[in-house]
Amino acid sequence: MARYGLRTLAVVYLLFLLVLPVILIIWRTFAGGLAPFAEALTSPSALHAFQVTVVVAGWAVVANTVFGIGVSLLLTRHSFPGKRLLNAFIDLPMAVSPVVVGLALILVYGRFAPVGGLLESWGFQVIFSTPGMVIATVFVSMPLVVRALVPVLEELGDEQEQAAHTLGASRLQSFLRITLPGIRWALGYGVVLCLARSLGEYGAVAVVSGRLVDQTQTLTLFVEERFQNFDQPAAFAAATALALVAVLTLLLTKLLRPKD
Amino acid sequence: MAIEVRDVTKSFGTTPVLRDVSVDVESGSLTALLGPSGGGKSTLLRVIAGLERPDIGTVHISGVDATRLSPQRRDVGFVFQHYAAFKHLTVFRNVAFGLEIRKRPKDEIRERVMELLELVHLEKLADRYPSQLSGGQRQRMALARALAVEPKVLLLDEPFGALDAQVRKELRTWLRRLHDEVHVTTVFVTHDQEEAIEVADTIVVLADGEVKQVGSPAEVYDHPVDPFVMRFLGPVTEIGGDLVRPHDIEISASPLDGGTPATIARVVRLGFEVRVEVEVDGQDGREAWVQVTRELADRLGLAPGDTVTLRPTPGARRLALSAV
Repeated sequence: MARYGLRTLAVVYLLFLLVLPVILIIWRTFAGGLAPFAEALTSPSALHAFQVTVVVAGWAVVANTVFGIGVSLLLTRHSFPGKRLLNAFIDLPMAVSPVVVGLALILVYGRFAPVGGLLESWGFQVIFSTPGMVIATVFVSMPLVVRALVPVLEELGDEQEQAAHTLGASRLQSFLRITLPGIRWALGYGVVLCLARSLGEYGAVAVVSGRLVDQTQTLTLFVEERFQNFDQPAAFAAATALALVAVLTLLLTKLLRPKD
Repeated sequence: MAIEVRDVTKSFGTTPVLRDVSVDVESGSLTALLGPSGGGKSTLLRVIAGLERPDIGTVHISGVDATRLSPQRRDVGFVFQHYAAFKHLTVFRNVAFGLEIRKRPKDEIRERVMELLELVHLEKLADRYPSQLSGGQRQRMALARALAVEPKVLLLDEPFGALDAQVRKELRTWLRRLHDEVHVTTVFVTHDQEEAIEVADTIVVLADGEVKQVGSPAEVYDHPVDPFVMRFLGPVTEIGGDLVRPHDIEISASPLDGGTPATIARVVRLGFEVRVEVEVDGQDGREAWVQVTRELADRLGLAPGDTVTLRPTPGARRLALSAV
C-alpha cells in the first residue's frame, strides 16, 4: 500500500511541477499551428536574440573548456600551496546567485570602476556589451567541465603519461595522444553540460547586458521581455525552442555519460 | 658502466627515502634492487628513469650525465607494476608508440613491432585492446613497448608484483631467457628474494634508503654482511647466540663437540624436506628450527620429546647476534 502511495505522490509531484507547465507551454505555442511558431521565431528580434545567445554561449564554452582542462590537470597532476583553496573556489559559482555575479562584475568592469574605466579608455566596452555577457556566462558555468574531468583524471592516474614520457613523448604529445583520448567522454559530457547551462543563463546576463533589445538580448532575455510586453506567442515560441535545445542536450549527456 | 648512481639523496617532504646511495650497474647485466617495501628501491629506479629528481647526487647513463635530463631524453625503457597500458590503443599501437613519436617510416614500424610481438608471444593478439588481455599478457606487451625504442637500459618496477603466483614464476624464467637473447642492461625492483636470486646476476640490497650490500646472488646469500641482509635473503634461525641458515645445521641423537643440546617440539613434513622445531636449552623459550632431508629424519627417527644435539655444519655462515 505504502508503495503505491509513494508512487502516486511522485507522479503528482512531477505532474504539477514539470509535466503540466511544459505541456501547457508547448500547447500554447502550437495552438495556432506551426506557421505562427515559425513566424514568431523568425522575427528580426528573435533571430538577433538567437545569434547573441550562440555567440555568448559559444565563447563561454570555449573558454570553460580550455580553463576546465587546465585547472583539472592542475588539481590532479600537481601539488602546490593553496590547492585546496582553488578546489573550493571552483565551486563558488554554484553557490552564489547569478544576480550577485552580475552585480559583482559591474563593480569591476563597469564604466566608473577602475578596471572597466581603463578598458573603456582603450575603447573596449565590457558591461552592456558582449564581453561582459561572455564573462558572466563563463563564471556561472565554470565548475561544470572541471567537475566532469577531475574524477576521470584521478582514476586514469599518471602512469600512462609517465610511460609516454619514457617512450620519448613531450608533455604536449603525451597530453594529445594519451590524456585527451582517456578523458574524451568526460570532456564531451562536461562541455555539453556547460553549453546547456550557458544557453539557459538568465540572471547574471540580465544584469550585465542592460537588456538592450536587438543589441544585448539573449534568447532567455527575449522570452522575458516579450512576455512582459504581452507578446505571448513570441515568448512561448522562444521558450519552447529553449526547452527543445535543453531536451536535446539532456539526450546528448545521456549518450556521453561514461558507461563504466 | 651502463648506469652510475652517485651519492643520491632524495626526500619526500621531510621523509628521507634515499640516503647517499651509490650504485653501479654493468653493461649487459641483469640487476635486482631488492629490499622491503618502503626501502627506497622504487624511488631509486624512478630517479634513474628521470621520473623523480634527486635532491643531491648524480646519475650517469652510458657515460652521459643524465641528472638534469627529462625522462623523454634518457633513452630508458620503463615497465610499471600495473602495466600502464595505453587503454585506448591496440596492442600493436601500444608497442608502436615510441616509434611513432620518433616518426619512423610506417614499414619499419610495422616490421619492428611484429618482431617484438613475436618475441613476447603476442603476435596473434596485435589487434586486441589491453582490456582484452590477461595480466601476464599486458605485462609482456608493456615490455615489448619499452624494448621497441631500443633503450640503453631497461627498468622494471616490481614487474610481476600484480600477477598471481603461477604466472609470476613463468614470467620470471621467461625474463631471464629474454635477457639472454636481447642483452639489454636491465634493472628490476623486487621485494621477493627468491625472484631476485633466480633472475638476477647482481643483487643490490636496499633498506631504509641505504645500500646494505651488493653482490652476486650466491655472495649475498652465503656471505650476508649483517643479520638484516641474512634474514632478508632467506630463512634463518638462532642457535647458541648465532644466526644460522636452518639447512646448515647438523642434528644428532648423540652429543657433538661444540654442540648445543635441544628438545624436539614438533616435526613437520613438507614433502621432500622436514622441518624440525626445537627448544634450545638456555635460549629462554625462543624456538629454533632445523631443515633436514626426509631420509635423515627417518634414519634418526626424530620424534617430539627427543633430546638432540645441534651444531652448525663446518662451512656454515654464522653471524653472531651479540655483536649487533
